[in-house]
Amino acid sequence: MQFLFDKNTWQEIFGSIGKNKTRTIITVIGVLWGIFIYIVLAGASKGLDNGFERNFETVAKNSIWAWSQSTSMPYAGYKTGRRLRIKVGDAITLKNRVPEIQYIAPVNTKGVFGGEAAQGVRGLKSNSYPVYGYFPVIAKMATQKIYDNGRFINDEDEEQARKVCVIGERTQQELFEKDEDPIGGYIRIDGIYFQVVGVHKFTQTTPFGTDGDIYIPFATFKKLYNTGDNAQYFTIAAYDDADVVQVEKDIKSVLKSIHRVHPDDERAFGAFNLGEVFNKIMGFANGLTFVSLIVGLATILAGVIGIGNILLISVKERTKELGIRRALGATPREVRSLIILESVFLTMIAGIIGIIMGAGILNLINNMTQDIDFPYTNPTVPIPLVIGALLVMVVLGTLIGLIPAQRAVSIKPIDALREE
Amino acid sequence: MIEIKDLHKSYKMGSNSLHVLKGINFSCKEGELVAIMGSSGSGKSTLLNILGMLDEADEGEYILDGIPIKNLNETKAANYRNKFLGFIFQSFNLINYKTALENVALPLYYQKMPRKQRQEKALKYLEQVGLKEWSHHLPSELSGGQKQRVAIARAMVAEPKVLLADELTGALDSTTSYEVMDLIQKINDQGNTILVVTHEPDIAQMCKRIIHLKDGVIVKDEKVKQVRATANV
Repeated sequence: MQFLFDKNTWQEIFGSIGKNKTRTIITVIGVLWGIFIYIVLAGASKGLDNGFERNFETVAKNSIWAWSQSTSMPYAGYKTGRRLRIKVGDAITLKNRVPEIQYIAPVNTKGVFGGEAAQGVRGLKSNSYPVYGYFPVIAKMATQKIYDNGRFINDEDEEQARKVCVIGERTQQELFEKDEDPIGGYIRIDGIYFQVVGVHKFTQTTPFGTDGDIYIPFATFKKLYNTGDNAQYFTIAAYDDADVVQVEKDIKSVLKSIHRVHPDDERAFGAFNLGEVFNKIMGFANGLTFVSLIVGLATILAGVIGIGNILLISVKERTKELGIRRALGATPREVRSLIILESVFLTMIAGIIGIIMGAGILNLINNMTQDIDFPYTNPTVPIPLVIGALLVMVVLGTLIGLIPAQRAVSIKPIDALREE
Repeated sequence: MIEIKDLHKSYKMGSNSLHVLKGINFSCKEGELVAIMGSSGSGKSTLLNILGMLDEADEGEYILDGIPIKNLNETKAANYRNKFLGFIFQSFNLINYKTALENVALPLYYQKMPRKQRQEKALKYLEQVGLKEWSHHLPSELSGGQKQRVAIARAMVAEPKVLLADELTGALDSTTSYEVMDLIQKINDQGNTILVVTHEPDIAQMCKRIIHLKDGVIVKDEKVKQVRATANV
């Protein structure tokens, strides 16, 4: 191993590599291209991966929305087509009976799923806005970006059924003057005065949010619109490691048992399972990563084989030189390590240049896709993958170098010298 | 210095076997300058290759400075070549992408000598063959005689026990040949043992002893009165 760190060894290697520059460059390009493709593919697929993640980052990935519909089967004395209503109390039952549920909150809305929206009035300005009755826990399931100075609905708002509201950006623009601070201001919602406590930035946190809406505490909603125990839908977040498909099934079956619905009735409760959608997309992204890994490694392999090929030719060209070296006292081991080190060195140089170029291209693509709506963020190649690729190259470089090296020592020095 | 007893060597050519050396007995003391003569096919190069451990004998004994040379693997042979022998070839066999200095220093590299020391020593030997000013030239920039002198310096640099020269003047015109032989004689005068394979009688006459080979056997072994090469230059 000591010869690896010997300056002389490297001088010999540089000498023979520098001798034929064209050959060296062509050899290097083969591997360089391989690692370049590998890095770009791996980085791009990681970028897509990150892009998808970013699209979902504001909402718990294991979110499920569940709501009631009408029965499609007669059961327990009830006829078919019975209109179902989920109750606020169902949330507690669900949480108790489905342990995978981390958070659950009933939601009531006005003007979201049809029906008349609420009238929001401030002074002479007015418009109609959908209103949500939210529990504070909603903020834990879907990130609420509240502008400075403001806040989301909190526990005390809920307990005391305060008349406070969080409004959307568009709501603010429509009801307030441009340079007016909305926090602390009052708006009238369907004739009742509410104090604005926060303005939320629009993010696609539910399948149905907009930028022009109003959130009020659930308890306040209940009083205002007289919804009693009814709820429109549940927002549910399962634990990260839960099987979301199973959780959805469990939730539905619990709801069916509460509301005395036939266990096989598929139409009684509806649900939107974000976790399932997310898993499908991530599965696609993972597949892409895998494919890019395979393609990249195959390209590296092709490049390394190219190096072996060219070294084989070069050994043939240098038969005489190697013969001279051996006549002067080079042992077969020294000749062999000269060839192998050449191979490994060329592979490494090519690899490092390839990695740098690949990183450059990734950066360029990242800059170009920055402002367009494309799921592509922060394309990186994890360090272990880069090191892994380099290791693979060193190993392959050594292995492929063995062939020409063995050939070089298999020729007897006397035959090598005779060759004119 | 060199002891050879009943040396046999044959080459297989397909189903035929070509018996090249048919029992060579020969010994040579330190400081001798021996010419091995013979027409082509007489086995002189084969003999030299066996002496140079580039080839192996089928039968017989070879003792170099008291060390029996047999059953060598490639690594051991390489070490012996490096320590005991210096080679001078007809076609010079310099490495074409290395300068004269680097070529001369190469045997020392395989002795693991540090670079600085290596270059100093190589330069000293280049000076001895009169090529100090040419040390940084590539072989392609040197004349035939200069190349052969670089090769001689390279053979000398490791201070071997024996110098083996294979038709060292074969590629040179006669004036240059004599210059090179003059150098060989001077090296011999310093007490080095040198074996020269040649088929040119005038070159052979410049040695102290001539061995005539014919069809694989020594037909004549004579001591001659050395002709100094300087007389012909």
